[in-house]
Order: sequence, then C-alpha cells, then structure tokens
Amino acid sequence: MTAPVMTADALQRHYQVGGGFLRKTQTLKAVAGLDFELHPGKTLAVVGESGCGKSTLARMVTMIEEPTSGSLTLDGKPVRPEDWADLRQHVQIVFQDPYGSLNPRQQIGTILQEPLVINRKDMSKKEREEKAREMLRLVGLRPEHYDRYPHMFSGGQRQRIAVARALMLDPKVLVLDEPVSALDLSIQSAILNLLVDLQEKMDLAYLFISHDLSVVRHVADDVIVMYLGRAVEKGPKDEVFDNPRHPYTAALLSATPRADPEGGKERIKLQGELPSPLAIPEGCPFAPRCWKVQDVCRKERPPLEGAPHPAACYFPVDE
Amino acid sequence: MSLLRIRNLSVDFATASGKFRAVDSVDQDVDTGEILAIVGESGSGKSVSMLALMGLLPWTATVTADELTFDGHDLLTMDKRARRKIVGNDLAMIFQEPMSSLNPCFPVGWQIKESLRFHLGMNRAERHKRAIELFEQVGIPDPEKRLSVFPHQMSGGMNQRVMIAMAIACKPKLLIADEPTTALDVTIQAQILDLLTSLRDETGMGLVLITHDMGVVAETAERVSVQYAGQKIEEQQVLPLFRSPHHPYTAALLDALPERATEKRLPTIPGVVPGQFDRPAGCLFSPRCKFANDKCRAENPPPLGEDLGKARCFYPLNTDERVAS
Repeated sequence: MTAPVMTADALQRHYQVGGGFLRKTQTLKAVAGLDFELHPGKTLAVVGESGCGKSTLARMVTMIEEPTSGSLTLDGKPVRPEDWADLRQHVQIVFQDPYGSLNPRQQIGTILQEPLVINRKDMSKKEREEKAREMLRLVGLRPEHYDRYPHMFSGGQRQRIAVARALMLDPKVLVLDEPVSALDLSIQSAILNLLVDLQEKMDLAYLFISHDLSVVRHVADDVIVMYLGRAVEKGPKDEVFDNPRHPYTAALLSATPRADPEGGKERIKLQGELPSPLAIPEGCPFAPRCWKVQDVCRKERPPLEGAPHPAACYFPVDE
Repeated sequence: MSLLRIRNLSVDFATASGKFRAVDSVDQDVDTGEILAIVGESGSGKSVSMLALMGLLPWTATVTADELTFDGHDLLTMDKRARRKIVGNDLAMIFQEPMSSLNPCFPVGWQIKESLRFHLGMNRAERHKRAIELFEQVGIPDPEKRLSVFPHQMSGGMNQRVMIAMAIACKPKLLIADEPTTALDVTIQAQILDLLTSLRDETGMGLVLITHDMGVVAETAERVSVQYAGQKIEEQQVLPLFRSPHHPYTAALLDALPERATEKRLPTIPGVVPGQFDRPAGCLFSPRCKFANDKCRAENPPPLGEDLGKARCFYPLNTDERVAS
C-alpha cells in the first residue's frame, strides 16, 4: 500500500456554547478523538446521523477550523495554522448544496479561474483560461458553458462545476460533503460515475461524507461509522457492511430501506433518539439506545479495538 | 367504489414567462386501507397533484379535472366552506419539514387542540384528554409534559410525530404524507414509517406516500404510481414494479440505484427532466430514452392497459412476462 497522503491522530474539536450573564459556558465535543488515514486513489467514507460530527470533521480536514487537539499531517508534514494558506491548495472540498456554493454573479469561467488567480500568481491569463476549459471538458460539460451563469444550469451540472472548481489546483485530497444528497436519483448516478472516473485519472484521495449508506457502499473503500463525535466502528467497506460489529452500525444498516420489496428482513428497532451532544452519556454514548446494553457499558467507555476490524463495543454483534 | 378518485387532473401555473403545466392529465385511485406510493424526481408534479386535491395551491394555479371525488363528495363543485370541513378532518396531510410546518409561537399541545376544537367541537377537558391519547398513539414519551413544549424544543423526529398526531387527530379516512421522512435520519425514518404503517393497520385509513426514495417505496408501499414531468407514466403493485417495470423510465430509475449496481460505473439516464421551455412534443421521456424512435418523438403515448401497468409508452418493457404467466 502506498504511503497515506493525509493522516489524522486523535483529532478533536470542541466548541464553547451558551454562556452569558451568570451562566457558565458548556463544552460541546463535536469531534472527540478520531484517527484515520487517506490514501491516494482510495475513498474513505464517514457515515453517521446528523450531529455526529461529520461536517466538523470536514471543516478540520479542509483547514477551515483548527482542531482543539490532536494532529493532522499532509504528505508526512504536520499541518499547522501558519502553513494553512499553502496547504489548503492540496485539500479541496465539494459541498452538498450546488445552488448555494456557486456565486450567482460570476460566469463559470470566472468561477473556475478564481482559485488560480489567488494561488497561481505566475500563471498567465491565457494559461488560466486553457486550464479552466480543459477542466470543464473533464467533468463532462460543453465548451459553450464557459460563459454562462450558475442559474442556467441544473443541479447536476452545478455539482459538476463545483467538482471542477475543486480540482483546478490539482489537489491531493478531495473532501466530498454529501455531494449527491441534494440531487435526483437519475442525476446522482452520473455524478458518482464522474467522481469514480476523476479519482482514477488523478489518483485523488476522497474523504466522502454521507448519511446515505447505499451510496457509501457503492463508492467507499474504507468506512468510519461515527456516533456523537466518536468513531464507533471502522474498517474495509465489505467487512463493515457484511459483518457489522457495533450495534449502532447494525441498526443503521437495518434501518436503511432497501429497494427490494422481496427481501423481507427483521428490522432492528432503535428506541429513543440521539442524545444532545452537550450531554453525552458517560460510558458508551450509544448505551441509552442499545439493546445489548449491560452495566459496564454505562460506566466505562469502550475502546475502539478488536478483530477483524475495530469497533467500540464490549459486546459486539457478531460474538 | 374507491375512496379517492381522480380523473384527468391537470394543474397549470401562470408564471411570468407563460403557462407551465405541472400536472398533466393524471388519473389516480386510492382505496380505503391501502398504501399508495407516488414516486418521482423533483418537478414530477407528485406534490402538486396532492396539493390540488387539498385545495392548498396558490391563486396562480389553475386546476382542471374531469372528476375529483373523495368519499362520495365531489370536490370540484363543492364550495370552499364545505371543502374546508373535509380538509383537515377526513382528508389530512403531513409535510416534509416538520420544523417549518408547525407554528413556532405556540406550544404543540395548543396546535393539536385547535384542530380538535375546530373540527370536532370538543370542550377543553375532552381536548386535553384526546391530545394526550394522540401523543401516546404516535409514541411521544411523557405526553402530558410534551403538550406544553414549543416546536424548537424538540427534535425533528418528535416534531414529525406531532405533525402525524395532528393529522390523525380527527381520524381521517385518507392521510397524505408528502416526503414525511426526507428531513430525518435513517433510524428515525424507520420509526416514522413503522408508525404510519401501524396507524393504517389500526384505523384502516388510506395512506398516500409521496417520496423520491425507492427504498422507502419498496419497504412501505403496496401500490406504486411513478410520475415523470407531471405525467403518471406507470402504476403497478410494488412487487411486479420492482421485478418487471414496463416503462423505460421506471426501469432506468431502478437501474441507477447504487445498491443494484454490479460494477463501479452506474448506469445513468442522460439529460435532465424537461422544464417549462423544453417540453418535448411527443413522449416526455423520449429525449432521454434509449428506445425512443420517431414515433415517440412525435406523438404522446396514451396509457396502456391495466396488465401493462398503464404505462405511457409505445414500446413497453417486460411484456413477455404477461404471456408466460
């Protein structure tokens, strides 16, 4: 296996919330200790429900926010805030909403050239334009689209433009924050194919953030399942999907509707809802909703370990 | 006779750039106690047709239909006041965004009691008792306390339960759920879908589920109607629809599901759903269909027979199955 392009070690991000007159601030642990590696040409998917810290993770990886603790390395070099400006070129992001993430007053050509104008000051205007047109072709848009405005495009085409913009600086890592959840099914498959093609062509490392397990199952190589800021299970995609070890993963998989009316199955019914991230239970965060819970789960937090792939549970499903 | 009967329903919107047909001659029947799913991508008119039924469209919309009857009432000729008595009472609807469908200024208990007062004329004590009953029925823990809580103090899943409680408050004969779980997490989605199905089993109401999620359709619905660009293009029972779709669009949509993929590249549908200005002359799907020929591009295919899922197609797929069975 090739050397990882990005590694994260015990990454944490806390927020101070609340506070005011005679009121204490509370600490919200959005991401509480996460380790992972991104490899060129591979896709790491992060799945979890809302509030599990997926998007905070994306903000840390793209250097929008500084981790509270823990370290991040890019190409073996530590990522420090003073180097952010340079390093950001190598990590780009595609957002969920293709309507909100493009400037409506700029032509597509301008949108695509902007990263070059800022980061490649030595490039001539002609070179920039060539590169933008080349990228437009690469993501499957036509040359005449170069002078158009975002409102003239459909959601799927806009997402192509967002991908093209992210690739203008030849990044090594592409963070995809729910890239297809705002798209219709018939468009979704085309964008997923595009992402697969580009990854092969440019040897990109993807950090694919999604809540849609059927999409993740299709694109990912490795999967991290997050719950309330922590990884509860991680491993190669097939292992995690075929033999989930953490009860939460099992519940998530069984709750995902399958487009197969004949595949009758026993659904694991989870009781209750996600606890508030401000009041994460002591011990295993999943304990209040878990059907295998025992006393030890409520007292001590289970470590992420075990074979064949690590899961943070004292009583894994497969045992 | 079916509970809801719609024949040749069309909805036109007057826009600044001319008339836009959002729903195009749709026929639909719903029986008591059945779960019908209406699937389609955005812009397929699936929500608009049901909003037209409820009379909730803005004044820019023109609704025309040959027949629009619900439970023996003719909704086309009925005056507004009489219709208002039915809507919210026998005919209820829940929406996608529970947070924005509830009034943020009032406690949820007040909102649920309002419909009990308006439609059923209950007194204060009866209303309170019934509201607690309803909250229990939809699985809201600690119902008495939750009645005085505001929408922003609860999660999306809980708010959706409140919406459902409100919708079933008057024991409707037909409940229309417009993307009821799209804004929710999957574990909560599973809870809500189970709840809707069990309510149907208990009360025997008809349930129309509007969704774009094929997984939800496969697991919940009994009969499925597929819409594309305002037209109903196919309708079948859920099993045969997934096994042998007749319309090329349905088939292509099912093939595009990542979970049905056999290789890394997914089959795709080229092009986009036609909009206001690029509506094709013939079959609406013809520009994207791989089987389309000149006839498809010139003429609009009428719906086929019941045995072919009423598919609007000149060349339906999986036709030999009928011969075989």
